[in-house]
Amino acid sequence: MTSTDLLSILPIITLVAWASILLLVDAFNRKNKWLTPLLAAVGFAVALGLSINQTTASYTGFNNMVAVDGFSAYLNVLFAFSGLAAIALAYDYNKRMNLARGEYYILLMFSVSGMMLMAAATDLIVVFLALELLSIPLYILAGFARPKLDSEEAALKYFLLGAFAGGFVVYGVALAFGATGSTALIDIVAAINAGTADMTLLLFGAALILVGFGFKVAAVPFQMWTPDVYQGSPTAVTAFMAVGAKAAGFAALLRLFVAALPTLYDDLFPIMWMLAALTMIFGNLVAISQSNIKRMLAYSSIAHAGYIFMALVTFGQSAIAPDAVAAALFYLVSYAVTNFGAWAVVIALEKAEGKGLELDDYAGLGSKYPALAAAMLVFMLSFTGVPPTLGFMGKFYLFRAVINGGFYWLSIVGVLTSLISAYYYLRVLVIMYMREGEPSVESSNLLNLTTGLTAIATVVLSIVSVPLFRWASQAVLQLF
Amino acid sequence: MEYLLHPLTLVTFFPLLGVLVLLFLKPEQHNAHRWTALVASLINFGISIVLLAQFIGYESVQPGQLQMAINLPWIQVAGWNISYAMGVDGLSILLVLLTTFLTPISILSTWNAVETKVKDFMIFFLMLEVGMTGVFLAQDLFLFYVFWEFTLVPMYFLIGIWGGPERMYAAVKFFLYTMAGSLLMLLAILWLGIYQGTFSVPELIAQGGIPADIQMWLFLAFAAAFAIKVPMWPLHSWLPDAHVQAPTAGSVILAGVLLKMGTYGFIRFNIPLFPVAAVKAAPWMALLAVIGIIYGAAVSYYQRDIKKLVAYSSVSHLGFVMLGLFALNPQGIQGGILQMINHGLSTGALFLLVGMIYEQTHTRDFEVYGGLWKLMPVFGTLTLIVTLSSMGLPGLNGFVGEFTILLGAFGSEAIGSPWYAGLSAIGVILAAVYMLYMFQKIFLGPEGSIVEEVKKHGHALRDLNAREIITLLPILVLIFWIGLYPKPFFVLMAPTVDKLVAAVQAAAVAMH
Repeated sequence: MTSTDLLSILPIITLVAWASILLLVDAFNRKNKWLTPLLAAVGFAVALGLSINQTTASYTGFNNMVAVDGFSAYLNVLFAFSGLAAIALAYDYNKRMNLARGEYYILLMFSVSGMMLMAAATDLIVVFLALELLSIPLYILAGFARPKLDSEEAALKYFLLGAFAGGFVVYGVALAFGATGSTALIDIVAAINAGTADMTLLLFGAALILVGFGFKVAAVPFQMWTPDVYQGSPTAVTAFMAVGAKAAGFAALLRLFVAALPTLYDDLFPIMWMLAALTMIFGNLVAISQSNIKRMLAYSSIAHAGYIFMALVTFGQSAIAPDAVAAALFYLVSYAVTNFGAWAVVIALEKAEGKGLELDDYAGLGSKYPALAAAMLVFMLSFTGVPPTLGFMGKFYLFRAVINGGFYWLSIVGVLTSLISAYYYLRVLVIMYMREGEPSVESSNLLNLTTGLTAIATVVLSIVSVPLFRWASQAVLQLF
Repeated sequence: MEYLLHPLTLVTFFPLLGVLVLLFLKPEQHNAHRWTALVASLINFGISIVLLAQFIGYESVQPGQLQMAINLPWIQVAGWNISYAMGVDGLSILLVLLTTFLTPISILSTWNAVETKVKDFMIFFLMLEVGMTGVFLAQDLFLFYVFWEFTLVPMYFLIGIWGGPERMYAAVKFFLYTMAGSLLMLLAILWLGIYQGTFSVPELIAQGGIPADIQMWLFLAFAAAFAIKVPMWPLHSWLPDAHVQAPTAGSVILAGVLLKMGTYGFIRFNIPLFPVAAVKAAPWMALLAVIGIIYGAAVSYYQRDIKKLVAYSSVSHLGFVMLGLFALNPQGIQGGILQMINHGLSTGALFLLVGMIYEQTHTRDFEVYGGLWKLMPVFGTLTLIVTLSSMGLPGLNGFVGEFTILLGAFGSEAIGSPWYAGLSAIGVILAAVYMLYMFQKIFLGPEGSIVEEVKKHGHALRDLNAREIITLLPILVLIFWIGLYPKPFFVLMAPTVDKLVAAVQAAAVAMH
């Protein structure tokens, strides 16, 4: 192991080491409940700094098993922020729900380290390793509210389907290895270019990996677990899962298909086209009939996976793919910011025993808590894609890539499903502003801060979107 | 700073200053909210008058140009070419003036009508003004789209919170209908940005060169957004719901300005950007316009709800505007633009009048009215003038617009047949029928049951008070002004229209 190797996984190793130390700290400190979350936040902040530091770096470590490039740095910053946001959402919520246990934050750190490894992985074995590292803590977190049945059910369901999906990925990796004689992306590319790869076998391997990650990002028809798991998990976990796991899944898919497998484009893009279209249609249509906000946001997260999937459809068009990937990266940030904000509002209204989660519980929020309702208004408009919000800019960039790639019909499916989504996002606004009610809000400073910051970011970053988009488009350059 | 204080930026974003002040006021200071909004919108009207003076100055040097253009790079990254580009020409200036003129009037009309959440109401109203003004000034497709979509949100809340019993349904329908069209337009905008390399409208027009078959698709995508907004038959079904449920001020702005965003879009984007497609589509657009004229008029006749009647009459009147625009000759387009203003004034005034009587009676079913002429002579006189203006009596504004449109449509090469104009003349007759029928039901004949009904509640019907007359007076002045001496309005728009027509004719010649 050289110093470059160590440097290449520095943010990841920092998180893992810090989390291991925290395990001990937490074991000996049972009195000061604030210590572990605080130290975990420090850990994320350090990892964030280290990731930002890697933005302009470009090298590989561990014999091409991990890469440090703009792509991994961009996503690692997103993951570190997600970790911080997850702490901010969870701190008071966990106390309120009697979940205030230090392991929560430690598991969060392990999961984030897995996500970071996923963004950097350039070897299929490491991809699988990262997948397990990020997933196993999430299975535990999903069941964190035990012995609540919903939560246990969520954990079991997530675990079983996650293991199932993991199996697809491993099998796909094995086939890819059989086809090319290597699991390193760089060698796979070399084998394809040299003509020594068995392309049929590789195609099957790639398709299986696509299916496996289809589960992770909750693309239709691999989405069945999503609503139950999102509903059953503690809400703070759901928020983290909806952003982190999805972004990590897309990180793996984007790097694998764009950087290593563009030769499979002709065979795979129709399948991806169908996946994207089905995911957008199904997610948005089913979200309409939900009356529980957690389930509604679960289906909405499925739908948003469909939008990001549109970027993946162009993966083999070398002229367009960089823009498409950059648009996907931008969209992930817009989705993350909006999502954390929306879940923060959900947490503010949630009561013990799963009360306060029906849409009807939001009645009267507009007149009783105008600031909170205004924030929710911003998030709903951003999810819908109405300017001036980040979600609109995200969709604008995405649709350009899709149209540029010549997928006119897919773009039409995209806008029509956005229209459908307007219906159920608007319903939240109708209930908040146009119905009378007595909502009760359990707010705390940390939660209010998160809600406020994400709402401001959603609007401001849409008007000043250039720096973020420039960063995203530079981040993808080294992939090609 | 130079851009911040540029007149076009100022006239667009000044109402935000009012919003800022409103945010710092306490929720129960209702009168302070009203005055803040009124003063902010009046100052903005002042700014737009200054803008008009400056515009006339520039126009006398270089007529027909886009004046006072701002072009500030905004999103210039990874192949995007989006600017904060604004400019004003003979078309924009009229619609900006209409917006800044109707906004304070609408705010004045809410003085007694809006009693709950006044602060939020005024915030949404001023934000709506920002969006509308921006729509009329934006010269970059992306910027235009942002303003265009932005107007949806405040209007959605104005209908949804302060509207009638079916307000939620109407608000959501309004939002979804409009968004359906806009999203198709968004795809077309993206196509232009990608394959023409710019979002700047003047550049796109100068550049031209979009293949004829693609022009048709793009024309249809833009037309989807605008036809819903106008609304053209058969996409009008959101309008009666939105109008009936909206509060008075919302109806005034909806009819007065928001619908004009659709017709404006046709002149600003569809015709000059896709001239070949526009020439090809002209007979079809004219056909839809004529159907709209007659359908709107016929359905109006069968309404018993005053607001619904006025709403359907809008479908009919805007059919005239569309007929004029797609005549694609100077008279037709000039008439169309003038009729946009006329409709904004007359229908705006009608909604104000309906709101004033509704405040006292709480019903809009005109079967229960009757004999109000004797009880409310001022109200009656003003309503008569506005009704006559709306049905196009010579000497009032509606006549000038409709006459010019018919003149244009008769001789239009693009439409190709005088029959369209001939048939639409039926609409003028029908307008007289349903308008006078409504007037007669409300004001003439024996006293309606509503008079007794109101007395039961302990107070008799009163005539208009000073505030209500002041609210209506500016509109009446303009109704007579345009009716008797429309020349200044035509002079203002003529260079812009001539330039547009010349460009379309050049494209049509190139097509053959």
